[in-house]
Amino acid sequence: MIQKRIQLKVNGEEYKLEVKSNDTLLDVIRDRLSLTGTKRGCDTGDCGACTVLLEGKPVNSCLVLAIEADGKEVITIEGLTKEGKLDLVQEAFIEQGAIQCGFCTPGMVLSAKALLDENRNPTESEIKTAIAGNLCRCTGYVKIVKAISSAAEKMRKIRKS
Amino acid sequence: MLRKMKRFEYFEPSTLEEAFSLLNKYNGKVKILSGGTDLLVAMKERGLAPSYVMNVKCIPGLDYIKYEEKKDLRIGALTTIRTIETSNVIREKFSVLAQAASMLGSIQVRNRATIGGNLCNAAPSAETAPSLIGLKAKVKIASLEGERIVPLEKFFVGPGITVLKKGEILAEIIVPFPLPHTKGIYIKYGRRKAMEIAMVSVAVIATLSVEGEVWEDVNIILGAVAPTPLRARKAEEVLQSKRISEPLIEKVGQLAYEEACPISDMRASADYRKEMVKVLVKKAIREISGLKKS
Ligand SMILES: Cc1cc2nc3c(=O)[nH]c(=O)nc-3n(C[C@H](O)[C@H](O)[C@H](O)COP(=O)(O)OP(=O)(O)OC[C@H]3O[C@@H](n4cnc5c(N)ncnc54)[C@H](O)[C@@H]3O)c2cc1C
Ligand code: FES
Ligand code: FES
Repeated sequence: MIQKRIQLKVNGEEYKLEVKSNDTLLDVIRDRLSLTGTKRGCDTGDCGACTVLLEGKPVNSCLVLAIEADGKEVITIEGLTKEGKLDLVQEAFIEQGAIQCGFCTPGMVLSAKALLDENRNPTESEIKTAIAGNLCRCTGYVKIVKAISSAAEKMRKIRKS
Repeated sequence: MLRKMKRFEYFEPSTLEEAFSLLNKYNGKVKILSGGTDLLVAMKERGLAPSYVMNVKCIPGLDYIKYEEKKDLRIGALTTIRTIETSNVIREKFSVLAQAASMLGSIQVRNRATIGGNLCNAAPSAETAPSLIGLKAKVKIASLEGERIVPLEKFFVGPGITVLKKGEILAEIIVPFPLPHTKGIYIKYGRRKAMEIAMVSVAVIATLSVEGEVWEDVNIILGAVAPTPLRARKAEEVLQSKRISEPLIEKVGQLAYEEACPISDMRASADYRKEMVKVLVKKAIREISGLKKS
C-alpha cells in the first residue's frame, strides 16, 4: 500500500487519518494535526527538536513513519499542559531561565519528562545522558540541567507530602 | 529542514513466512525496515529510494533477550539498543555489550534502533559489532529455505555489505556464555562524548588463566579503521599466554597500529585514526589488566 488509514491517539485524543507511505510521524503531527509545538530541525535524528513520546518513550518523530505508528499513543509538548496548567518540568524551565529562543525546548522538556517518569532522583550525568540527543544552540545547557534537577526535586517533594 | 523521502509501497508482514515471500517476490527491490534509524536517514539524506519497504516490527517473536546460565545469551534481532543497554542480565554478565549499546546515538535513537539493524547496516563503525565479535557471537539467519548460523566475525563483507543473501533476514544473535575470569572493555573515541559516530573504537575481551597470571584467549577488535570491524590478530597473538608488562603492551599497541587500515574522511585522517588505535588498544589492555599507566 502507498496510502493507509491510520488511527493515532495523540495527547489523549483519537485521530483517524489517511497518510502516505512517505509521511513521517513529524509531518503528520505538524502539518495534519497542526500541533506545531513539535519542531523540525534537522529531519534526520541529530537535533532532537522533533522529540515526542511514543508509547511513553522519547523518539525522534522525524525518523518514524506515520504508517508504522498506526494504533500507537503519542504525547507531544501540547499534551503536557493539563487544564491550562503547565507541567512541573515546563515550570522549572521557565523558573530557571532554561529557555532562550525556545526552539529546542519542546523536545528538551519531553526528554526530561521521560527521564523523570523513570527516575525521580537523577544524577547530573543521568540528566546529561537523557538530553544528549537534544541540541540547544542558545543556552549552553547549564540552566537546562538545573531546571531538570529542580523539577525532579519538586516531584520528590510532592510525592512525599 | 524538510527532507522528503520518495514514495514507496509499504508492507507490514505479520509472520516470517509472509516476510520471506515478499522478499522473494520483490527480489532485491524491497528494503527491510526495523528501527529505521539508518534506513530512513539514507532515504532522506543520500537519495536512497527503494520501491518497497517492509516493516518487520509486526512479526512477533523477534524481540527478546533469553539467557541460560552456563549456556548462552540469545537476542532477537528486533531488540532495541535501549533494551540491551538497560537489561540487567546483559549489564551483569555481558557488560561490554551493554557498555557499547549505551554509546550508540541518543536515547531517542536507542529507543528505535535495533541490534539487527546495527549489524545488517554493516557500518565499519557499527557500535555493537566489536564487542559482539570479541564475545564470539554468532548470528542466526533465516529464509524460506530454513536457518543458517554464521559467526559474526564472518558476517561482514564490506561497508554496508554482509553475507545476507536475497530473501534472508537476520533473526537472532547468539552469544556463548563466557569462560570464568573473562573481562571485556569497549572504548569509543569521537570528538565529543555523545551523539557521534566512532572515529575509532576498540573492544578487548580476554580470559585470565586459571592461575590468574596471564591473559589467555585475547580478542582485540577494532571499529571504524577498516572496511569491516577488524580483528587485530597479530596483536592478539603476542599477548596470548604472556605475563602483562609495559613493554608488551607497547608492542601490542604497535602491532594493532600496523594492522589497522583506515580511510581518511570528514571525521579524521587515516594517520590520526591509526595513532588512536595504538593509544586506545594500550589503554584498553591496561584497564582490563588493572594497570595504571606508569
Ligand atoms: C542521530 C543518529 C546517531 C547514530 N549514532 C550511532 C552510533 O553512535 N553508533 C552506531 O553504530 N550507529 C549509530 N547510528 C545508526 C543507527 O542508529 C544504528 O546503526 C541502528 O542500530 C540501526 O538499527 P535500525 O533498527 O534503526 O536499522 P534500520 O534503519 O531499520 O535498518 C538498517 C539496515 O539493516 C537492514 N536490516 C534491518 N534489520 C534487518 C534484519 N533483521 N535482517 C536483515 N536486514 C535488516 C535494513 O534493510 C537496512 O538496510 C545513529 C543514527 C542516528 C540517526
Ligand atoms: S528534526 Fe528530528 S532529530 Fe532533528
Ligand atoms: S533555547 Fe534556543 S536552541 Fe535551545
